[in-house]
Amino acid sequence: MANERYDAVVVGAGMSGLAAGIRLAQYDKRVVVLDRHALWGGLNSFYKRGGRRYDTGLHALTNWAPPGEKSTPLPKLLRQLRIGRDELDLAEQGFSEVVVGGARLSFGNGRASIEDAVARAFPAEIDGFRALVQAVLAHDPFGAQADSGSARARLSTWIRDPLLVECLLVPVAFYGSAREDEVEWDLFVVLFRSMFLEGLARPVGGIKTLLDALRRRLLECGGELRMRAGVERILLDEHGAARGVRLDGGEELECERVLSSAGRVETLRLVGVESPAEHLGRLSFCETTSILTRPTAALGHGATMVFFSFDERFAYRRPAGLVDATSGVVCASDNYQRHEYGDAGVYRVTCLANHDLWSALPDDDYQAAKRASADQMLAAAGKVALDPRPHTTAFDMFTPKTIRRYTGHLGGAVYGSPAKARDGHVGVERLHLVGTDQGTLGIVGSLLSGVAAANRHVLMAPTR
Amino acid sequence: MNREEIILAIKDIIQTIAPDEDLSELKTDVRLRDQIELDSMDFLDIVMELRKRYGVQVPEEDYKELATLDGCVAYLAPHMQGKTLKVGV
Repeated sequence: MANERYDAVVVGAGMSGLAAGIRLAQYDKRVVVLDRHALWGGLNSFYKRGGRRYDTGLHALTNWAPPGEKSTPLPKLLRQLRIGRDELDLAEQGFSEVVVGGARLSFGNGRASIEDAVARAFPAEIDGFRALVQAVLAHDPFGAQADSGSARARLSTWIRDPLLVECLLVPVAFYGSAREDEVEWDLFVVLFRSMFLEGLARPVGGIKTLLDALRRRLLECGGELRMRAGVERILLDEHGAARGVRLDGGEELECERVLSSAGRVETLRLVGVESPAEHLGRLSFCETTSILTRPTAALGHGATMVFFSFDERFAYRRPAGLVDATSGVVCASDNYQRHEYGDAGVYRVTCLANHDLWSALPDDDYQAAKRASADQMLAAAGKVALDPRPHTTAFDMFTPKTIRRYTGHLGGAVYGSPAKARDGHVGVERLHLVGTDQGTLGIVGSLLSGVAAANRHVLMAPTR
Repeated sequence: MNREEIILAIKDIIQTIAPDEDLSELKTDVRLRDQIELDSMDFLDIVMELRKRYGVQVPEEDYKELATLDGCVAYLAPHMQGKTLKVGV
């Protein structure tokens, strides 16, 4: 067959793949972004059920920047993608909470707000906390100081009360740690800035607003987006360098470079290489969405996000059972300052879950297991926020099995492999990783990883 | 392209990359990044736009020549001869 040669083929139309595609198309590179599924967005997407749209992934967009701010990650990213800030129609959070054991931190966006929160809940720790903020601001996680040591250990150099240490670790772990038990210092620094020093917001319209903007921009620049085009194999030339991809249907696309957002282990599998078991991500989640009869705030719960752990020492690991409802994340999407939900509440609860147990369930038991797990999760949410069950008009839930099916991430590993490849190299010439397995975090981080990979590996690459 | 046209060409590229910057007061002999918010990723974009619009290739080791508008004129003048100014693209 007559092959069309691309400058780059991008595997996966998630955040990183779309961003890489936009950058390349913007500079007249011939690029196609491929995805096995019908909807783009990857982990951050949406689906429709019963006439309603349910978001996956996006609870909050981190890296909130006030209008006019130009030097922080979000405005820089939008500039690189040439997407106007207005297009995202960002609404700030109201306030959010961290609840660990009996302690509760209540914070809004920006440094002053989190410092106030700590001064109120842990008055003896405020000087240490301010020193921590200085250390976070001074640390460059991408430079020569890069430090993958234990954040828990580093934090204890500034903070004496272990409960405050856990309060800071819980949201950071839930928002991006691919490693069990331990949060790396570099990851802590990036997420602490993104979540606390900058802050949380949400596009009005949810993830679809962002996805529409990304798609429009990609097509406007001349990039191609092909859905239902799963990559079955990354093809290598006689020197072992990537030369193209073969799609599920057998069609082959030739290209100069392949950028893969499939994940480290998954990408290597596409070239026929199996990875060691310890490279497989083990962390996955169940998430419920309850549509409420009234706004969540009218039902007595005002916080936008609640990050919780009943245990005073937070256990971030694959649970022994189907779900671990002793910790989790609650998101009331209608508690952002503006939203599209009218008089309904939209209330989500996310807890750690065990992919292998969910996958091994016989079909007959799967639905019952979902109901039982949902009950545990919603009861847990009731202890720290609101039990939505008496107020629910519609409900849906996904499990690690759903995540694996729709994203192709082995083990339903939302944050990918614990073995990150920061430079994107996996040992195959002209094949580069983008996305979560470069160690970038959150929606903004994923988009930036796509931008950086497109810049470095294609736009700045010497022409062959 | 003469000096004024090259400055116009560069300013139009910067305005494309950074639509929220006010370029009306830019001095030609002061580093661009000292006057407006431009980082190394933005300089890459200036170079990419020069290639896209005018077919001018600037190798990475020469990016530093583009630090000021005067520098841009000095470096680009030989490459921009006979090229037509394209603004608002």
